[in-house]
Amino acid sequence: MAYAAGVDVGSTQTKAVIIDEDGRMCGKALIDTGAHVVHAAEESFAQALGAAGVEEEEVEYVVGTGYGRYRVTFGNTQVTEISCHGRGAVHMFPNTRTVVDMGGQDTKAIRVTPVGEILDFCMNDKCAAGTGRFLGAAASALELQLSDLGPLALQSKRPVRISTTCTVFAESEVLSWLGKGKKIEDILWGVHQSIAMRTAGLMRRVGIEEEVTFTGGVTRNPGMVKAIEEKLGTRLNVSDESHFMGALGAALFALDHILASRAPRNGVGA
Amino acid sequence: MSMTITAGIDVGSTYTKVALVDETGNVLSHLMAQTGFKLAEVSRRTFEACLAEASIARDDVGYVVATGVGRHLVDFKDVHVTEITSTARGAARLFPNTRTVLDVGGQTMKASRLDERARVVSFRLNDKCAAGTGAFLEKTARYMGYTTTEIGPLLATSKQPVTISGVCAVFAESEVINHLSQGTPPADIMHGSLVSLVERSVQLLRRVKAEPEYTLVGGILRFDSLARMVKDELKCEVNVPQGDLAQYMAALGAAILGHQRLALRAAPHAGAVA
Repeated sequence: MAYAAGVDVGSTQTKAVIIDEDGRMCGKALIDTGAHVVHAAEESFAQALGAAGVEEEEVEYVVGTGYGRYRVTFGNTQVTEISCHGRGAVHMFPNTRTVVDMGGQDTKAIRVTPVGEILDFCMNDKCAAGTGRFLGAAASALELQLSDLGPLALQSKRPVRISTTCTVFAESEVLSWLGKGKKIEDILWGVHQSIAMRTAGLMRRVGIEEEVTFTGGVTRNPGMVKAIEEKLGTRLNVSDESHFMGALGAALFALDHILASRAPRNGVGA
Repeated sequence: MSMTITAGIDVGSTYTKVALVDETGNVLSHLMAQTGFKLAEVSRRTFEACLAEASIARDDVGYVVATGVGRHLVDFKDVHVTEITSTARGAARLFPNTRTVLDVGGQTMKASRLDERARVVSFRLNDKCAAGTGAFLEKTARYMGYTTTEIGPLLATSKQPVTISGVCAVFAESEVINHLSQGTPPADIMHGSLVSLVERSVQLLRRVKAEPEYTLVGGILRFDSLARMVKDELKCEVNVPQGDLAQYMAALGAAILGHQRLALRAAPHAGAVA
């Protein structure tokens, strides 16, 4: 049995996925990227191998993706995270036509064909407004863990309207609402709504076609899922493994390569 | 004549500044405090402390003009004006030939063009984005483990600025980390972020079709290299208020507008003064 691997080095976290020849995920790992990007890539790969119970020699091909993809020193090739999220999303949810990927520092809207090829995409490359960092700023202002934000926000009854665009100013706006006696859950739901609004705007620029699949680290936040669903008026495909979609897509590209390199011998097209 | 003093209260995003000004436009006392989140309370407390410092009785202040982003929350004001208007008045008081004002504060950057009577004919501001404001410098410093007060001394030791793109204060973090990991001295990174701030402010100046004389105001002038860098970029001399007065232009201008109101009240049929 041959294995393929994808390593997605994101701005905040690094994800690694090992798949078998049938495209089944048999091991995954997630660690903070930190300042030592090369090490983060190696460490996540080693952890994913451990989780899969697979030896490094059994992995025939490794694809690196994410902003740090060229730092995956053991990678055989690199593919952009746009392609990988599209590929991974269609693999996991075959009816996907639009992907929204929300990570630590960027949000991307991607439109894909039924086989996961990229038709169009759009991202916030100039400004951190409307990304996971906006949640991070709110969490640090309120001294909460990122994982507390969504569940708390969902308890809101009278949401506050957040007017700030810039993530840097969001922190002081959150504190000023707190100073005015607003409830934490109401401020937080306002924060989620504000991000969802910007995300919907980004998605409209590529065109929204159902089904919509949500990928990236922020998929773990149930508040963000609900806020985007409300803003778009449609359900989002989300799974426990949505965070690994980029790495999964990379692993699938790696598997393509393995199968294609065998094709001439076997006489069967990949 | 006892009511010859007016007060300007400038409630900014980061600091609240108070100036007590006599009829001739001289600043008798000035004081500032961090704005925080209780704006009404901070403005009152800073005003009272400013009175006490100059031994001026509350009753001697004939008119209070509030300005700045928190001006509506000053509950003892007689009137409020925007900081665009008040800053123009303050700058023109010190430098009568001012035609362009650049104000770089904690959370905003503003460029205004004035006519010969210190009225604002055009202005542009950057208030939605932290890039190009004091917050940008503060963030850069914080990523490197320095406090705001350490920025000035740090800048003084820079030899060669590095390029910081300055598009987003959040994205600057990865740039800062990259530079640090390559062994770039923190001073050069700080300097680089000041360069990017200057570039953004000059862009803003172009958008108001700025012309000399230029007067620079705002809290960021604490870093004396800023004025020199703007001057080099514009290839033109710039006026800078002395010492910490650069931070009090809106408060001073507000107080001067207070005197004009008082004059109008004393001679209601004398025609428009303001």
